[in-house]
Parts: sequence; C-alpha cells; structure tokens
Amino acid sequence: MNPVNYLYLAALLFTIGAVGVLIRKNAIVLFMCIELMLNACNLAFVAFSRMHGNLDGQIIAFFTMVVAAAEVVVGLAIIVSLFRTRHSASVDDASLMKL
Amino acid sequence: MSTVAATVTSSGEAVQFWILGTVAVIGALATILMKKAVHSALSLAGTMIILAVFYLANGAYFLGVVQVIVYTGAIMMLFLFVVMLVGVTAADSLKETIKGQRWMALLCGLGFGILLFTGIGHAGLNHFNGLGRINSGGHVEGLAQLIFTKYVFAFELTGALLITAAVGAMVLTHRERTERAATQRELAERRVREGVQLPPLPAPGVYARHNAVDVPGLLPDGTPSELTVSKTLRARGQIRDVSGEALDDLKALEQRSAERLGREEASK
Amino acid sequence: MENLIALLIAAPLLGAVVLLCGGRRLDRTGHWIGTLLAAVSFGIGVALFADMLGRSADDRTLTQNLYTWIPVEGFQADMAFQLDQLSMTFVLLISGVGTLIHVYSIGYMEHDERRRRFFGYLNLFVAAMLLLVLADNFLLLYFGWEGVGLASYLLIGFWQHKPSAATAAKKAFLVNRVGDMGLSIAIMLMFTTFGTFAFGPVFGAVGEASEGMLTAIGLMLLLAACGKSAQVPLQSWLGDAMEGPTPVSALIHAATMVTAGVYLIVRSGAVFNAAPDAQLVVVVVGAVTLLFGAIVGCAKDDIKKALAGSTMSQIGYMILAAGLGPIGYVFAIMHLVTHGFFKAGLFLGAGSVMHGMNDEVDMRKYGALRKYMPVTFVTFGLGYLAIIGFPGLSGFFSKDMIIEAAFAKGGTEGWILGGVTLLGAGITAFYMTRVMLLTFFGEKRWQPDAQGHEPHPHESPKSMTIPMVILAFGSVFAGAFFEIGERFLTWLEPVTGYEHGNPPVSAMTVTAATMVMLLAGVGIAWGMYGRRPVPVLAPRGSFLTRAARRDLYQDDFNHVVLVRGGEHLTRSLVYVDHSLVDGVVNGTAASVGGLSGRLRKLQNGYARSYAVSMFGGTAILIAATLLMRAV
Repeated sequence: MNPVNYLYLAALLFTIGAVGVLIRKNAIVLFMCIELMLNACNLAFVAFSRMHGNLDGQIIAFFTMVVAAAEVVVGLAIIVSLFRTRHSASVDDASLMKL
Repeated sequence: MSTVAATVTSSGEAVQFWILGTVAVIGALATILMKKAVHSALSLAGTMIILAVFYLANGAYFLGVVQVIVYTGAIMMLFLFVVMLVGVTAADSLKETIKGQRWMALLCGLGFGILLFTGIGHAGLNHFNGLGRINSGGHVEGLAQLIFTKYVFAFELTGALLITAAVGAMVLTHRERTERAATQRELAERRVREGVQLPPLPAPGVYARHNAVDVPGLLPDGTPSELTVSKTLRARGQIRDVSGEALDDLKALEQRSAERLGREEASK
Repeated sequence: MENLIALLIAAPLLGAVVLLCGGRRLDRTGHWIGTLLAAVSFGIGVALFADMLGRSADDRTLTQNLYTWIPVEGFQADMAFQLDQLSMTFVLLISGVGTLIHVYSIGYMEHDERRRRFFGYLNLFVAAMLLLVLADNFLLLYFGWEGVGLASYLLIGFWQHKPSAATAAKKAFLVNRVGDMGLSIAIMLMFTTFGTFAFGPVFGAVGEASEGMLTAIGLMLLLAACGKSAQVPLQSWLGDAMEGPTPVSALIHAATMVTAGVYLIVRSGAVFNAAPDAQLVVVVVGAVTLLFGAIVGCAKDDIKKALAGSTMSQIGYMILAAGLGPIGYVFAIMHLVTHGFFKAGLFLGAGSVMHGMNDEVDMRKYGALRKYMPVTFVTFGLGYLAIIGFPGLSGFFSKDMIIEAAFAKGGTEGWILGGVTLLGAGITAFYMTRVMLLTFFGEKRWQPDAQGHEPHPHESPKSMTIPMVILAFGSVFAGAFFEIGERFLTWLEPVTGYEHGNPPVSAMTVTAATMVMLLAGVGIAWGMYGRRPVPVLAPRGSFLTRAARRDLYQDDFNHVVLVRGGEHLTRSLVYVDHSLVDGVVNGTAASVGGLSGRLRKLQNGYARSYAVSMFGGTAILIAATLLMRAV
C-alpha cells in the first residue's frame, strides 16, 4: 500500500466534515464536524511528517490540537449561552442578520 | 513500523489501513448523519480513536497518545457535557429548511473532494523517508527539542491562547447577578401574598417503587400531578407517567387482598 | 433743458409712490396730488416743446444719461433718455390727455372709496408710458413696456370684486405676455447681432446685419406690437379690458398704451425699412385688424365694447400705415394723435352717459339722450364726426392721408390696401353712426336697473365735462392744424423720414371715394337704426352679426387651438414623461431593485448558507490553483 492513501483518507474525512458543517443545523454537531475536519488535517500532517522524514508536521498537528481545544472551549461556551437565551442550539435560529 | 525509506508499506499496515479506514469513514458519515447529537459524538469519538491508531502507525507515538487523551478523553467529554445540558434525548430534525442548501452542499463537497483527490494524485508523492532516523534519538525527545527551540514562540503563544480561551469561556458562561438574591423570608412572604401555593410543592414519586424525580406523584384518584415534578423536566417532556401502572398495581393489590381476606373468611 | 427730461417721468412716479404708500390719510387729497403731478409733467413737456421749437430741425434731439443701469462688461444698459420730435409728440399726448383724464376721474370716481389707489395707478401708468417713449435703448423701453402692462393689469382689474374684471385683467396680462416674449426675443436678437440695444447704434448698424436677421427682429417686434396694440392674432384682450373704469379705457385702452405698438414700429423704422418681408407682414396684420375691429364694432350693443372694436380698427389703420414704410410713418403718428383726441373724447362721453344711466352699458337701453345730456351729446357728436372723417375735422385729414399712402404703396398691393382702408372707412361710418343713433336719438328705451332704480339721465359735473370739451376741441381742430402747411410732416420728418410715393390716383379722387364710402356707411346705418324703432332686446341677426357679437369667435378660436391644444400637448407630454422618461428612470430603479432583491436572497442570515459560499469559493480556489499548475 502506498502511504499516500492516508492523504486520500484525510481528504475524504475533511470533505465529509465540511459537508456536515453545511447540512447540519445543530450547533454542537456542527462543532463536531469542525473537529472532524481538524483531525483530518492532523492526519495529513502526520502523513506528511512521515513522508518528509521530519517531526515538523507532528509539531504542527500538536499545535492544531491545542488550537482545537481552545476553539472548542470557547465555541461550547457560546453554544451554552446561546442555548440559555434562545432555548435552542440550532444555528438557523441565530439568523438576525437577515433583512 | 517503517524504519526505512520506501514507497510501499508493510502488508500488515495495509490491512489495518483498509479495515480501520473504512470504519473511520463510516464513523465520519455517522457523525454528520445521526439524528441525535449524542450518537454523532460517539461516532466521532470512534473515528478519533482510529485516527489515533493511524498516528501510531505513522510513527507519531506521542500524538497518537495525545489524541486519545486530549481529544477522545477531554474534548469529546466536553462535547458530551454540553449535549447533556441541551438534552440527550432531543433529536434534530434532519429536514432541510434552507432551499437548495443540501444540494449546494453536496455539489460543493463533491467538487471539493474530487479536486482535492486530483491534487493529491498530481502531487506525485511516492517517496517515503520514514521517521526511523529522526526517532533514533528518542521520539518524545525529538519533539520536545523542536517545541522548545524552533517552535518555542508558537508554543508560548498557544499557552496564552489556552489561558485566554479558558477565561473567555468563563466570561461567556458566567451570569452576572444584577440584583440581590431574595432571602428565605422574602420568598415566604411573596408566597403568602400571591396565595397560589402556600405549603411546599408535593414530592414526586409513587410508593417505594417509583421515587425517581421524573415520576409525578399521584393524586388520591390515581391521576398524576404535574406539580410534583421539576419545571425543567416538564418543559423537556421527560416525565415518566406511571399512573396506569400504579392503578393496575392498586387493582391487583386489592384483588389479592380480597382473595386473601376471602380465604381467611373461608377458613374461619 | 435736457435735465428736465427725467423730471417728466419723476413727477408722476412720485405721485404713484406717494399715493400708493401714503395710506388712508391721503384719501381726501390723493386725487388732487395725482392730478397735480400729471399736470406738472404736462407743464414740463410743454416747456420742453417750446424749447424744442426754438431750435433748428436738425438740432432738436435732446439726450440725458442719468446713470448706468446695468454696468456689466460688454452689456451696458444706461438709464438714458432721448427726447426727439417723435418722443415729444407722445409726451404731449400722454401727459396732456393723461392730465385731462385725471381731471375727469376726479368726478367719475367720486363715489369710489378706493379713488386714491386709482389715481396712484394712473400716475404709475403715466410714468411708465413716458419711460417707454423716452427711453433711448430697447431694454429701458422694455422696462416701460412692462410697466404699462402692469398698470393696465391693475386698472382693468380695479374693480376686482367683479369676477369678470379680475378675469379680464388676467386675460389682458397673459395675452400681453405673449407679445412681451416677442419684444424680449427681439432685444436678445439685437444684442447678439449688434452687441448693443441702444437706438442709435442699432439703427446705425442695420446695414451690417443680414436681411434674414432683420426680418426676424422685425417679426418679433411686430409680435410685441400686436400684443400691446391688440392686433390680430393677439387682439382678444381689448374687448374684455373694457371691464375697467371708463377713464382707464379712455386713457390706456384708446389713447395711449394701445398705441405703444405703433410707436415701437415707427421707432424701429430703420429695421423695418431694411426688412421688406417683415413690413409686408405688418401691413397684412394692420389690414386684417382694421376690418376685424370694424366688423366687431358693428355688432356690439355694449357701448364701450363697440368703441373698443373701433379702437382696434383705428390702430389697424396706424399699423398698416407704419407698415408702409417712410410713406406712412408720419401719417401713422398723425392718426395716432388725432385718434388720441377723438377716441378719448368718445370714451369720456360714453363714461358720462353711463354715469347718468346707472352704469348701464347696453346701447339698446339708451335712446333720446341728446335732450338730457347736451354737453355730452355735443362733444360725443364732434368726436363721432371726427372719427368717421367728416370733412374738416381731424379724422378726415389723418385717415385720408393713410388711405392715400396705402394707394401710394403701388402695384396690386397698393390697390388692395387702398381698397381695404376705404372699406374700413365705410364700416367705421356705419358703426359709429349706429352708436350715435342708438345712444342719443330715437325713443327712450330706458330700463330700470337690477335694484329697480329708474335712470334719471343728467349732465355730468364740470370736472367731467371740461375735459370732454377740451378733447372735442382737439378732435375738431387738431387735424386741420397739423395738415395746413404740412406742419406735422415737417415736424416729424427728421426723425421718421418721408417719401411721397407714387399714388396711382389723385388725392382728390381718394377724398371723393372716401366721401362716398362715408355717406354709404352713414346712410345704411340711418336706414337700419334711424328710421325704424330699435328693439330693446337684440334680434338674432344674421350669421355675420352673431359671429361679430362673439368677437368673430376669437375666444373660441383661442380656446380650441391654444387652450385645448395646450392641454393636449401637456397631456401628451405628461404621458411621455410618465411612460418614457419615468419608464427609463423607474425601469432602471426597478431593475436595480429587482437585481438587489435577488442578491438580497443570498443574504438570508443563515450562517450555513454563507458557509456554502465559502466552501464553494474554496473549491474554486483549488480548481484555479490546479489549473495554474497544469498550464
């Protein structure tokens, strides 16, 4: 097997995550999809790290995880406060920007 | 594990890739297609564990472990907490409300995926260096060396980012109290003034068998009293109505006692 | 001496300012102030006239430059006056007749509580009219021209409580505006052609301009003259203008203001001389109006409207004469002056009759007044004889000269014009005899007025009869005075020029023909109104009579062609505006709006929609990257 397949898998997962972001209304699931996309990226980084024979890719993946953790913390806090005020976690309900 | 530069991995890894890869894709699809958020979360957790295995397979031992501990352990738990807060049983409607959104999403996703695949195919990535040489001095030591030398500023910045995120999450979820909390005395006085419900609300639960908070207490005629369960449960519709069961039980009890009394009478 | 010219205008202007701003405290003395200042103006005019007679014919023009009115580089308008023989004639006529009519108005307006205001307006008129004839450039003339238009408007509508008077004033103002447009265009054309509008430079440079331009200027000046002098096709306002008080009709709408058009054409003689086409149009307008006014005058039962038709017709004579060129200028002005006397006299007589008959104007309700109003009868009669051209009286001389001049034009044109003027003389004799017979002869046909008062005809007070007597005196002797020794010709010739022309018939023949026409007109009128009793209610009459009663359908024509046409034009313009102009504007707005509405749908507020756009954009970016690499 060619290790490039990891990249294909990463691309596939990323695309699935992106489509999930677009079709799901629940903000929590939406965040999960974003996590999925981040993980797909991490897989690609790790695969690249192996291809190039250095650890930089893994370091980047490590940072990605940290950023993802921060993002999830803030994002979930937003969801919680949103849910408190609107009693709904649907992103479509937060559409006050439209005319 | 691949310790030499190659273009082909071991067949063991190939088998592992195809089996686990398939599972990972199924997990990902389940994440975006499951109606209930908790199912999505569990599917995602599964996919993440498989990814951790792939990290290990790619020589990223540290990351593989971190993936399990941080992602699957911490972040997914955070997700589950929030899911619990919102309501575990609440199912999303998968019906699309925005016209054309689903088709557009699928079209874009398909185009994006095909283009990405084409791009990877065109990149001509066949040569593998492997991590054997790098990991020779110790994998974690290698990572640590990079983090504390080349990426030290990024590392410090991520630390700051994490602190900021933690404080931000607290600020976001913290509710400022704008007025003094009412004392017990004031609450009691208000209750008397309003005159709706003077004594404490009746307790939930029926007999010794159903004393859970989600079971409403029964009135003398056997009908359930909504007053006995918490407002939140009522709003969520998570009240377990056991009145029918209780009435049946009551009937059976009476019948049994009648039979027994009858027998006693008969024996006398 | 020339410093006095401005005083000519200043005196009545002062009167107008004092009377109009003075308020009620002048109510009891206002008319004396107004009359006095008009008389002062006349006195200054006489002094200037005496001075002018003392100088040689070539040295009689006086000029006075008060100040620069509009000091713009390349556009210099001076407040400057020019007093030559032509202006002098007008000054004497305006201030003289004007003073007489001021005096007359003292009696006539005695019972009107707004008499002070009336005299203010009269003074304003005299000032504006004097400015008109004394101006040394066309712009200043235009100023006076508009001034008299304003005064005319105010005086026609003086009895503004009557809707008919208010409407008549508005009508006069609007119709005059058409003519004024012509004058302003003429001035603009002059400025673009000659770079100036002062009389001297313009007339001196006539030779440098193309004939087409001169014809255009001439036609525009003629349009102005038509408006002010009630010539066809802008004649419709004069009949209605009789709604004003009778002294106003006498002064403004008979003797002076309506002759401003004649003055304008004679003054611009240099332009017309160089534009034969324009002259031809002038002659045609004059001839048409001559007959038009005369025919209308034959059918009117309202004494003032009959006289108004006559005025129109007589001014037609003058315009015709002015259109003949140097042959006729002098006679146009001469007829203007004699007409000023006898027509003012006739109007004052008519006012006197109305004064005695409870303001009744229908001649069919007069009759046999000669016994009750002897002075009025005699003065009116003398005016009548003068206008029909009774031998020896003013009208005889002046009209005869015009008829001769018309023949002297030569060729077929001369014969046609001569014929028209002769015919006009006959019709004049007819309708004036009719007026005379209906008013002063025959049976009493008096009717009680609306309040049931029986009329008690009586002679008017002295303040009214004296001016009538003076004007009658002028009507009788002015013509002979001017004609004997060709005094008037000698007087005016240096300004207007003169040539004798070649009359195809002798002067005696023309006079004889005129006499025949006169007798025919008088005879027919006598046959129709003198021998038979006159019905109080007007008979239906022939088609021509009915047409003439309706002013030959001038108002209907105006209504159908101008009002309706204007309405149609407006409506179609509105339609075009709504459908085409608004269509383009609204269409642009609507298409932008529609596009925006559709674009707005993209902004539906759903974060996921925006996410799709982003995702699609990312896909396109990748595609672009790949394409760039592939190329």
